[in-house]
Amino acid sequence: MAITWAEVQEGMSIPELKKNCSTQQLVVWAAASGDFYQIHYDDQFAKNTGLSGIIVHGALKNAFLGQLVHDWIGNTGKIKKYGCSYRGMDFPDQDITCKGVVTRKFEANGEKLVELEIWTENGEGKKTTPGTATVVLP
Amino acid sequence: MSAPTEAKEPLITPEMRATIGVEGRSTTQEVDRTMVRLFARATGHTDPVYYDVEAAKAAGYRDLPCPPGFLGTPIFNPGAPRMDPTAQAGPQPSRPLRRILNGGTEIEYLTDICAGDVLTSATHVSDMEETKGSIGDMLVVTSKTVYKRNGEVVAISTGKLIRY
Repeated sequence: MAITWAEVQEGMSIPELKKNCSTQQLVVWAAASGDFYQIHYDDQFAKNTGLSGIIVHGALKNAFLGQLVHDWIGNTGKIKKYGCSYRGMDFPDQDITCKGVVTRKFEANGEKLVELEIWTENGEGKKTTPGTATVVLP
Repeated sequence: MSAPTEAKEPLITPEMRATIGVEGRSTTQEVDRTMVRLFARATGHTDPVYYDVEAAKAAGYRDLPCPPGFLGTPIFNPGAPRMDPTAQAGPQPSRPLRRILNGGTEIEYLTDICAGDVLTSATHVSDMEETKGSIGDMLVVTSKTVYKRNGEVVAISTGKLIRY
C-alpha cells in the first residue's frame, strides 16, 4: 500500500533508491530525453572538453529523484512540484544513492501536502544533486 | 594580499534585460506510449503504470502517465538548424562567457499528463542574476517554460543556466 498523509512524520526518511548507471543506460537515456551531447557517451569527446571522462546526464539524476518520490507515494499520491540543482558530477559505473527526508507536513487549500528534501549521493557521501519535492497524499 | 579589484561593468546589458519576459517560439511536444515507456526504462522505473496501459487505467490514469521529468518529445524537424548545446542565442553579456553549466531544474505539475496528450510550450527568461563564485564571475539565467494542453496550463518547468 502506498503511504498516506496520516502515516507521514516530519523528519522521517523515505526508502532509498540505489542507482549505478552503465554507459548503455546513458545511451538509452540520450534517446529518451533527446539530449545527445557527446560528453555523456563519447569518452574521448568528454576528455577533449576537459572532463575526466563520460559524465551522467543531470536530467537523468533528476528523473532518478522523480522515481524516488514516485516509488514512495505510489499512484494515489501526486507530485505537485519537484526539482534539483546540479552541484556535482556523477560518473558511469559508480553508485548514486537517492535519498529523501520529510521536512514539512501541512494542509493548504483542502490538500494534504508533504514537502521533502531529496538528493543524490555519490560513493563518498557527497550530495551531488540536492533538491526538493512537494507531494499531495491521500 | 589580493589584487586590487577593478571596477567592472555589469555582465548584464540593457539589451539582455529587455529579453526578460519575452515569450519565445511555441513548440509542440507529443506524449506517446513508446516514449513514455522508453523514458521509464531509461530511468529504471519498475512501476507497471509506465509500461502497461491496463495497469495505468487500473491505477486511475487515462493512459500511460508521464514519468516525473518527462514532458513529451518535441517533433523533430530535419530542416531546423542544428543546435550547439553550448551556444546561447540573443544579446550577449558585456564580457564573453565561454562555458555553460546546467544549474538545475524544477517542474510544477498542475494535472496528470498521459500518453496521447499533445502539449505546446513556450519559454521565456524570467530572471538574470550576476554573481561571483568559486569559478569567477557567473551569469545565472532563469527560464520558465509553460506547457499547455488545449490551451490549459498543465505544467511549468523552471531551469537555471550558469554561464561563466
